[in-house]
Amino acid sequence: MKNARFVDSVLLHDKIITALGQIYCRPDEKVLKLIREFEAKETHPLAKDMLQAILENADVAQRESLPCCQDTGTPVLFIEMGEHFHLQSGDIRSTIYSALERGWQQYHLRRSMVEEPLFERKIIQDRPAPIIHWEIVPGDGLLVHLALKGGGAENMAAHYLLPTSTNETQIVEKVVEHVGGVGGQPCPPVIVGVGLGGNFESSALLAKKALLEPTGRNHPDAKYAELEQKILNEINARGKGVMGMGAGPTALAVHVLTAPCHIASLPLAINLDCHAHRHTSFTL
Amino acid sequence: MKTHKLTLPLNSETILSLSPGDKVLLSGTLYTARDKAHRRLVELIQQNKPLPFTLSETAIFYCGPSPIPPGKVCGAIGPTTSSRMDAYTPTLLEHGLKVMIGKGERSYSVQAAIKQHQALYLVATGGVAAYLSKHVTKFELFLWPELGAEAIYKMEVVDFPCYVSN
Repeated sequence: MKNARFVDSVLLHDKIITALGQIYCRPDEKVLKLIREFEAKETHPLAKDMLQAILENADVAQRESLPCCQDTGTPVLFIEMGEHFHLQSGDIRSTIYSALERGWQQYHLRRSMVEEPLFERKIIQDRPAPIIHWEIVPGDGLLVHLALKGGGAENMAAHYLLPTSTNETQIVEKVVEHVGGVGGQPCPPVIVGVGLGGNFESSALLAKKALLEPTGRNHPDAKYAELEQKILNEINARGKGVMGMGAGPTALAVHVLTAPCHIASLPLAINLDCHAHRHTSFTL
Repeated sequence: MKTHKLTLPLNSETILSLSPGDKVLLSGTLYTARDKAHRRLVELIQQNKPLPFTLSETAIFYCGPSPIPPGKVCGAIGPTTSSRMDAYTPTLLEHGLKVMIGKGERSYSVQAAIKQHQALYLVATGGVAAYLSKHVTKFELFLWPELGAEAIYKMEVVDFPCYVSN
């Protein structure tokens, strides 16, 4: 096979365990940097107290190898696999599953997934039951983005199929109203992922993917960068603050991702992540 | 911000002396219970069976801890979203529950029930579970091990930091 590149599955296995080891006990450094900035200028004693606890927690968790949140989350993976990438001595899905399971045991992470959603809701004890999104891309490399997504913030997602007459101000309003409405439940200050465009399911995926963008980055398109900034400013002007207690920052960053959509449609999806924002990526 | 050092159990008089936004450093014995344990506790009440602990003498902490790493007292300990327990809370309040610890807002009807029973809803900071675990001095599985993180765990806490809900 011309252009084919073969990589041993052990390499992928080890990289996943290392990635998991980096994030379960330490939130995104960019989040911590933003929290430090907010803490330094915070004047409300309760909000300041909570922001200090967030910073202290990050240090305790890393020093003592403890999960920074007891909800060690659903492992969510975005995988971009080059069409010439091949794994040797193991298939890619089994390798991911077994690496995550090994990491789950090694780092003493919580079993948080149930077998089925409605009747017994029995906790799955033998695998972390990841959610994996695959994309085939040109080339011979592999890019893995791993996130640990807590349930509390995930529950506070929203999805709308809006009329095409919706304007920028109304989009801002929709997101701000939603984030304000869910208050302290998703563990603010949050990261806000917005998916605009695509269709029913792809807008939701865009919102999730938006969360994993480098925290606080600006959209490459100036119009959308401005939209992100407007949403962030409004959320912090009108939101309910740290843990919904009425003071301090409600959001740390807003990331918008867009996709082409049907002439009849304007899908909007909102996905939130808590300040214990745990994600990393690696390539092979 | 007013700070109160309190030891469980809490009576109505103490509870009524607190104001929204006050910090509470809580000590004493409390029990974890989240979604599934709540369902089971309410089922016990509906079947007129005895409850596994006296609700009025402790606090319920909405928490599903992470496993205990070797050599530690407990794993990561932190609050889960309280609103999921709203469906069960009025029944537990009627049966003596005085103190709840969780995160996020409660429904209006639960807020009213809390007031009516002179009970207390405390918010703990979410996502700081390693930090909070340092305030736990004793920790044991108490009931329903098959529920894993959703089982009831009994723990002793010292100066556990939380805040009176708005």
